[in-house]
Amino acid sequence: MSVSVQIPDLIPVMPEIVVTLAAVILLMLELVVKNKNSLGIFAIAVSGLSLYILPQCQGETFGGMFVNDTVSSYFKVIFLINLFLTVLISLRYMQREKAESGEYYGLLVFATAGMMIMASARDFIVLYLGLELMALSTYILAGIKRDDLKSNEAAIKYFLLGGFSSAMLLYGISLLYGLTATTDIFKIGEFLKGTETTPALLFAMALILAAFSFKIAAAPFHMWAPDVYEGAPTSVTAFMSIGPKAAGFAVIANVFFSAFHGLRADWAPLLIIISITTMAVGNILALTQTNIKRMLAYSSIAHAGYMLLGIIAGTEQGLYAMMTYLLIYAFMNMGAFGIIVLMDKGDELKDYEGLAKSRPLVAALMLVFMFSLTGIPPTAGFIGKFNLFLAVVQAGYTWLVVVAVIFSAISAFYYLRVVMNMYMKAMSEEAALSPSPFLSLALGIAVFAVFAIGVLPSLVIG
Amino acid sequence: MESQFSYRILSTVIFLPVAGAALIFLMGRSKEAMIKWTALVVSLVTFVLSLPLFTCFDKTTANMQFTERLQWVPSWGITYALGVDGISVLFVLLSTLLTILCVTVSWTSVREKTKEFFAALLLIEGSMIGVFCSLDLFLFYIFWEAMLIPMFLLIGVWGGPNRVYAAIKFFLFTLVGSVLMLVGIMVLYLNSGYSFDILNMMSRNYPYPLQVMLFWAFFAAFAVKVPMFPMHTWLPDAHTEAPTAGSVILAGILIKMGAYGFLRFSMPILPEATKAMAPAMMVLSIVGIIYGGVICLGQTDLKRLIAYSSVSHMGFVTLGLFALNTQGLQGGILQMVNHGIITGAMFLCIGMVYERTHTRQIADYGGAATVFPVFAAFFMVFTLASIGLPGTNGFVGEFLIILGGFTASKAMGVFAATGIIIGAAYMLMLYQKVFFMQVNPAIQGHSDLGTRELITLLPLLVLVFWIGFYPNTFLGFMDVSVQNLITRVNSAAQPQIAQQIIEVIR
Repeated sequence: MSVSVQIPDLIPVMPEIVVTLAAVILLMLELVVKNKNSLGIFAIAVSGLSLYILPQCQGETFGGMFVNDTVSSYFKVIFLINLFLTVLISLRYMQREKAESGEYYGLLVFATAGMMIMASARDFIVLYLGLELMALSTYILAGIKRDDLKSNEAAIKYFLLGGFSSAMLLYGISLLYGLTATTDIFKIGEFLKGTETTPALLFAMALILAAFSFKIAAAPFHMWAPDVYEGAPTSVTAFMSIGPKAAGFAVIANVFFSAFHGLRADWAPLLIIISITTMAVGNILALTQTNIKRMLAYSSIAHAGYMLLGIIAGTEQGLYAMMTYLLIYAFMNMGAFGIIVLMDKGDELKDYEGLAKSRPLVAALMLVFMFSLTGIPPTAGFIGKFNLFLAVVQAGYTWLVVVAVIFSAISAFYYLRVVMNMYMKAMSEEAALSPSPFLSLALGIAVFAVFAIGVLPSLVIG
Repeated sequence: MESQFSYRILSTVIFLPVAGAALIFLMGRSKEAMIKWTALVVSLVTFVLSLPLFTCFDKTTANMQFTERLQWVPSWGITYALGVDGISVLFVLLSTLLTILCVTVSWTSVREKTKEFFAALLLIEGSMIGVFCSLDLFLFYIFWEAMLIPMFLLIGVWGGPNRVYAAIKFFLFTLVGSVLMLVGIMVLYLNSGYSFDILNMMSRNYPYPLQVMLFWAFFAAFAVKVPMFPMHTWLPDAHTEAPTAGSVILAGILIKMGAYGFLRFSMPILPEATKAMAPAMMVLSIVGIIYGGVICLGQTDLKRLIAYSSVSHMGFVTLGLFALNTQGLQGGILQMVNHGIITGAMFLCIGMVYERTHTRQIADYGGAATVFPVFAAFFMVFTLASIGLPGTNGFVGEFLIILGGFTASKAMGVFAATGIIIGAAYMLMLYQKVFFMQVNPAIQGHSDLGTRELITLLPLLVLVFWIGFYPNTFLGFMDVSVQNLITRVNSAAQPQIAQQIIEVIR
């Protein structure tokens, strides 16, 4: 009997290999390179290279455990854009905050690798590996300002709650394995098609859903988000508000559309409740915030609520609309955080008073991002919402869309408060900025994308 | 009819102001004179370029004219489709005219952030015209919402003491209405074979329950904008706190967009629901007329009084529209134009006098006719036009509306006529308190209107008498389109009746 060792096809994992290798190299380089900026530029180059080879690496490998198809590629594009923009806004900021440890860029790249693996995972074990790689990296990133109490608090909170959610996920996966004797997501779906729903199965599904809800900061698993967003360095907050959320949606889409496809009647009502609670909690609690990072944390909770609608719709259009929304959200949210990073003192809402007088261009950019987050045309935010809600109406959930648009109208109030402070309040002191060409590039890309998608939606849909 | 002109008129009048705004945005903040002149030149050129709509409009057809159609988002079936008919053409012209006056009236009164002010003004102009010209529902919604941003800033940055509150209230009220309409638009889209084409929707028949739901979804947006009675509370605040130019735009054109929405969408697309809901709409209109008028009687602030009078006057407009007969509809549309002219002029007048005295309290005035004789004469004309004195434009519009109201229901006509009496009471009271009686020492010594201000008011004065004496120039525009609309509303019920009969026979 001869054992033939087959080398698996590595082409589909090439982007992940590139990113992971780069992360390892970054960690080594950090020991010898004094100029940390060059590490950042290396990370940018890596994201560019990975984006470039991504289209050529379609296919499945490792016995179907790892699949790189159009959907997962789309998510990977979001992750890589997220990495690219985060590094751009970090370069000057980390220097200013004196938190420029070399592992910063390495960790960003590791986290991105984790997300990419999550998007491609077709097996719960692979999924869990990717998720932990991402999560562990972001825990450290949240606490990267070692001397800062708030940053430490954020890291600890994120770590403890994150660990708890990972445990729930593992418990859910093992229950599911016990029921179906496989960890392959597709095979679980096949298996569950014929069987009756048992309490144990529902329990496993609920555990998995809870763990994923934690990652996307959906209520009632959102508690960590405001504290962590506030405490973490702003560039990390920007990174976390997009990357892990998008990765969370990637796995939710994957698991609930494939493994739990047959249980749609059971999970749809559950997700509807979660989605409405999330929109309510996010939008209503954001109204009273005085710290802009906390406000954007609640705003990001609210946006997760909208995006869940795409999953609830349960259709292909819903899925694509949700992915488009994530891409648009990446640009506008990164833009908003970019402005916060640009300001020397910009964590509090009152720091923005009179900004339109002292820094008209910065204020105008922030205005654009705020209106885009609200979803007012002709910005990309409107196209995202329109596309998403249209898919949900099409799936027959008109009433849910009515709820969502009402909440989205409520959200206008807190986004407008920023605009109000910038344009309608007297200046208390001239705002100091720390501009850099990289940051300007990031803001330029963000504002260009917001308007380009807003005026020519064909760029992202269809 | 394809445009026979060397330029695409509608696109030009929409995007020329937008380009002007971009140009102004690029200018240095210190070059105030250049900014103002650019704004003036752009608005003048836009007006001149829009004149062919007036002179070359074919009054014998109800079809869309000056149409343009380009693919925009093919995968969603969205087209960039523009066109005007007899219902919308006058509003385009009114928009281009009023913007010029807004620029001239703000010439000296806006001192801070001049650049942003004129840029915002031109942006509003572009999107307003876009709203009136869109033949694609998606495009319409984009313009409808895009206008909120500059308008929000206009009220909130350059407004009166309570401006921030007023701006936010305006924004939130309008947004809540608009997003509900957005859901309606989506449902309509999915029921129209994946098309946003308004003309296509006008020729379809939707099931009655769907029509009713859609009617209320659209009502949410349009009634807030008009504003109809229970949704009117944003208007007094916004109109009062906005700078003069903002009030003129709000009263002159922005609130017309709501009534226009009923005309363009609710009536032809949802004819059965419109017929069924017309009594409710007329009752709300009557409540608005009387309630707005009575509140005016108690006002102490000049601008607030005019603002509440808008609630009352717009009640007349919606009453006329939902009377659903020729007189009512023609009167309603004409009265929209009239109200734009008269109330626009009133706000311009108040802005001019405010620039001198810096007070809006009626109690601070008195004997103004002695101090500003020319101004008093102008204001007199506009006051009488607002009351609806024969010979002025207000008379023609209100007369037609009441005629239409009577035809639809006697009680409605009677109530509406009561509204006119209340209107006369508060306007004459206002005029008496401000311009007659003892000269208030506080206003003594201020100069009368200057040349720039005279030129600003003159076009509106001419229009008051032009429409008053020879309304046919303007009614002629809408004749055929209104007939077409009425036919559509009245005939729409028949296919369904036919269908029911067929079902019964089966």
